[in-house]
Amino acid sequence: MLQQTLSAIPPDSFGPWLAMLGFGAYHGLNPGMGWLFALSVGLQQRSERAIWVSLLPIAAGHATTIALVAVMVMAGMRFISSSFLQWLTAVTLLAFGAYKVFNYYRHPRWVGMKVGMRDLFVWSFLMATAHGAGLMVAPALLGVASICGSPDVHLRQGTGLFLAVSVHTLAMLVVMGSVAWIVYKKLGLAVLRQKWINFDLIWALALLIVGGVALLLVL
Amino acid sequence: MAQWKPDPSFYPSPKMAMKAPPERHGYVVALNYGRNDRPDVVCTVDLDPKSSTYSQIINTLELPQAGDELHHFGWNACSSALCPYAPHPHLERRYLIVPGMRSSRIYIIDTKPDPIRPHIAKVIEPEEVMAKSGYSRPHTIHCGPDAIYVSALGSANGSDGPGGIFLLDHFNFEVIGPWELHRGSQELSYDFWWHLADDVLMSSEWAKPKQFEDGLVPEDLLANKYGHRLHFWDLRKRRLAQTIDLGAEHQMLLELRPAHEPSKTYGFAGVVVSTADLTASIWTWYKEKDKWQMKKVVTIPPVPADEADLPPLLKSFKAVPPLVTDIDLSLDDKFLYVSCWGTGELHQYDVSDPFDPKLTGKVEIGGIVQKKEHPKSNGSLLGGPQMVEISRDGRRVYFTNSLYSTWDDQFYPDKLKGWMVKVNTDPNGGMELDPDFFTDFGETRCHQVRLEGGDASTDTFCYPS
Repeated sequence: MLQQTLSAIPPDSFGPWLAMLGFGAYHGLNPGMGWLFALSVGLQQRSERAIWVSLLPIAAGHATTIALVAVMVMAGMRFISSSFLQWLTAVTLLAFGAYKVFNYYRHPRWVGMKVGMRDLFVWSFLMATAHGAGLMVAPALLGVASICGSPDVHLRQGTGLFLAVSVHTLAMLVVMGSVAWIVYKKLGLAVLRQKWINFDLIWALALLIVGGVALLLVL
Repeated sequence: MAQWKPDPSFYPSPKMAMKAPPERHGYVVALNYGRNDRPDVVCTVDLDPKSSTYSQIINTLELPQAGDELHHFGWNACSSALCPYAPHPHLERRYLIVPGMRSSRIYIIDTKPDPIRPHIAKVIEPEEVMAKSGYSRPHTIHCGPDAIYVSALGSANGSDGPGGIFLLDHFNFEVIGPWELHRGSQELSYDFWWHLADDVLMSSEWAKPKQFEDGLVPEDLLANKYGHRLHFWDLRKRRLAQTIDLGAEHQMLLELRPAHEPSKTYGFAGVVVSTADLTASIWTWYKEKDKWQMKKVVTIPPVPADEADLPPLLKSFKAVPPLVTDIDLSLDDKFLYVSCWGTGELHQYDVSDPFDPKLTGKVEIGGIVQKKEHPKSNGSLLGGPQMVEISRDGRRVYFTNSLYSTWDDQFYPDKLKGWMVKVNTDPNGGMELDPDFFTDFGETRCHQVRLEGGDASTDTFCYPS
């Protein structure tokens, strides 16, 4: 099935899917997107298994945000021209990025430390939505949707977008799991003090850069 | 202003914080209220033994207005900034949040660029504090993961109505509003802290403003009208979950010191005086089958005294009550320091077993009857051990001698003068006064101490050691 799907995409059109993969890895690396929360649940319960189990609802919550944007892209393509959608995405990204540069440190205030699966799912969904994780990948999703619409690609738009969301989530999950594992097993918590660079600020800049690139592509 | 790396004074766990470098200076709030018409001050005290000005006040920041009555204060941010659900590790431990307990004014004091000479960055006027928070008489400050939490002893519209907790935005210091969504029967307020990892907040009870602002009201005390309950709140839902009544005779349940280790769910509370027998007591709260329980673990007896040596308030009792007014727990949860402000003693208890504390050390200084001196003081001393602060490594303990302006004058009618001393501790138990450390505040009376980089009553940790 996967092989069939992949063979339907010409190799020179892999770009948007690879971008989704890269964004997934990047989102997974951000401590504010989940691995740190999963790690702390594991430490609190003194159980390595709790880390892995916590990562699943976090990934699902994040995927829900991305999937919602994918659905919006699909709906948008029906009614609006794709070039206008690209414009809209680029401008929204630049505006939101500019806002985040000055408010990068603000997080949604929700939950506490004692969390179940449902809490982690909603928390992750909120964090991803509030910080514009879906918006950041919107140009890539638009790319996927456009390629699926072209005559030489025999892939339904929905399938292409589903593949994009899956690739993104999987990459995120792998990176989150790896980082949590390395910190848990090898580095220890001291790494938080030394290596926790300002991801919130980088995130805001990333929104601006993606917005800038998206703008350049439509110009 | 954006920070690239986390503030180096933030630590994931208490064990890591114990390895922090020793404090080089501390901030001490001191008041002139009731003594002269001068404003209160925030002093910087040199705590570096290698410095030529060691133990001296090296800077005095005078506030713009008189009559604030500074009391407790705290940092804008601490180790809780690393907590995983709302991390903002690039916030700085930089601003002191200093409330005027009598004026309801809040000063935001910037310790940068020169930590020795901090300056006022912002003043939140009483009208604004009261209008936005619904409370007055701000007291305890705790740096939370998502905001600065402030307890307040009175309601906005005067002396009646409940005291409670309100939030300050930790980025711009705007008053956000009251914290509680459902307060149940809670009315009196004083100290609070939390078990962050358990989503529980505890709050204690002192009294209504009319019961303390003009002094202790003896009739109210004898009628057991001061606070004697501990409240447990759901930190997430902001609702009162459980209340424990220690018994009406246990008057004034003040300082709360939860275990620092986030996997532990117990802590210690101090009761100033029992109207049944003048004893003071320490209680341990703990969780059992999802319900909170409390147990009295230390009882400190009064000391018989000659009527002639006692202030009018105590003459008829012919004894000095110990008056436990502050307690503080070392970061390893091993030693609890207990101030006996009446008898002039600081006790050190080994609380490795929280249900069976063992007295491991004692320091005597001041006291209503003893008035015991310090090697470097000029004669006998008034006041006694009061606000205690422990260094992060647990090796040094600092304390001051003033309780609250009008109460100072009731228990020490000869007008106590402010002083601060230091105690060196033995990691295996035991402690002694540092003979070289005596800070003379003169007529100005000093209250809470905050140490550079954090101390044992500031930070909360989200990750187990």
